[in-house]
Amino acid sequence: MYPPKFDYYRASSVDEALSLLQQHGANAKVLAGGHSLIPMMKMRLAQPGVLIDIGRIDELKGIRVEGDTLSIGPLTTHAAIAASEDVQRLATALSDAASVVGDLQVRNRGTIGGNLAHADPASDLPAAVLALGGEIEARGPAGSRTIAADDFFQGLFTTALDENEIITAIRVPTGQGTRVSAYVKFPHPASGYAVVGVAAVLDIAGNKVTTARVAANGAFECAKRLAGVEQALSGADATAEAAASAAEHATDGFSADDFMSDIFASADYRAHLLKVYTRRALQKALERA
Amino acid sequence: MQISLTVNGRPYTVDVEPRMLLVHLLRDVLDLTGTNVGCDTSQCGACTVIMDGEAVKSCTVLAVQADGSDILTIEGLAKDGELHPLQEAFWNNHGLQCGYCTPGMIMTAYHLLQVNPNPTEEEIRHGLEGNICRCTGYHNIVRAVQEAAQRM
Ligand SMILES: Cc1cc2nc3c(=O)[nH]c(=O)nc-3n(C[C@H](O)[C@H](O)[C@H](O)COP(=O)(O)OP(=O)(O)OC[C@H]3O[C@@H](n4cnc5c(N)ncnc54)[C@H](O)[C@@H]3O)c2cc1C
Ligand code: FES
Ligand code: FES
Repeated sequence: MYPPKFDYYRASSVDEALSLLQQHGANAKVLAGGHSLIPMMKMRLAQPGVLIDIGRIDELKGIRVEGDTLSIGPLTTHAAIAASEDVQRLATALSDAASVVGDLQVRNRGTIGGNLAHADPASDLPAAVLALGGEIEARGPAGSRTIAADDFFQGLFTTALDENEIITAIRVPTGQGTRVSAYVKFPHPASGYAVVGVAAVLDIAGNKVTTARVAANGAFECAKRLAGVEQALSGADATAEAAASAAEHATDGFSADDFMSDIFASADYRAHLLKVYTRRALQKALERA
Repeated sequence: MQISLTVNGRPYTVDVEPRMLLVHLLRDVLDLTGTNVGCDTSQCGACTVIMDGEAVKSCTVLAVQADGSDILTIEGLAKDGELHPLQEAFWNNHGLQCGYCTPGMIMTAYHLLQVNPNPTEEEIRHGLEGNICRCTGYHNIVRAVQEAAQRM
């Protein structure tokens, strides 16, 4: 099964990629790891006339600790994120999420930038980046801007990125004091994608939770925060019991229509899974405190 | 577009259409038909090869993306008529029945043992998640990888 025909350009810098994007407009797509785009092209779900391969732009790769921020290049693979001790220590939920993406071969090719830009509702990294309070740096013809993860995911396969923008960095604050986090998912038994996945990030002082950020993917058309759980946990005891009762608020503020539904998992079942996986994510994070 | 790559130690320079997949370059142009196509939808892992040291599904990599890289396929494992320990271990442990998934299984296991020379059974199963076998039920495949790990 071949992808449809396209013209191929290999960009050697971000500037070159941006000017190619500018030149070819809506007909062009950026190619990173290709593990969403190539399967979609083979199925004729996407037929860009031009592919701009950014896969060799070294400045877009790598993981750096900059003060109290973890800065990750968009071309960093899931495997590299999963193997990074810095990510494991400073943004554990992201490490968890990267290590359960697809399978070993997918993790070797797929990138964090491609994963976030593609914004598949069943992807694993969006909830982790959202719960960690991450930021997406994007560069376009008009220069660079920073988009909070809270504003980035807008709907099914839809983000705040403009057509001619490229993600140039993902930044995650590492937090002050004791921050613990975790991501857990219920994988689709055949595809491995998240039917429901929940990321929980807890700041703890003494034996109280001071702030909680909790987000889910799989359940909704894009990754979303679970405000009911966050409120229930703010100031709560940092215990498994408090986590279990907060998890009961996972569906607060959502209506039945907000939940995805398909042949494998109905909206009801996803709403049920959301509570269960919220509890597991919170308890796993607490075990790390 | 002209690309150059090394496959099983041998350098090649070939002209390819941008949409050609690495697996078709290997099979149809270079005549290395050991690498199989199972699903063609990035699920089954039958097409797995090692690209610059990492296991990848060659049905989901464009040949142009492999320009300049070093590829190892199942044909490159045996040396001087001697099977690679992984190949022997699959044979010894009945790690295959029809054999269709085997080249991909072995190449993924090769990568796995490269990064983790002494994997636990659980780590082997997690590592081989991207390789589907319709025949064996996996137990003998896991045993084969365990035996290979001991011998390598
Ligand atoms: C078999 C299989 C199983 C999978 N299972 C999972 C899973 O369980 N969980 C999960 O989260 N994902 C899963 N994936 C998807 C995988 O994580 C993809 O790698 C990822 O979603 C896309 O990253 P990529 O680098 O491959 O991007 P590409 O496919 O190259 O690009 C995807 C999209 O993002 C755009 N893009 C890429 N990089 C940038 C950038 N820097 N700036 C702007 N736009 C950009 C492209 O133009 C394209 O529209 C799976 C994929 C496969 C093939
Ligand atoms: S043929 Fe490539 S994954 Fe199945
Ligand atoms: S041996 Fe037949 S598919 Fe694995």
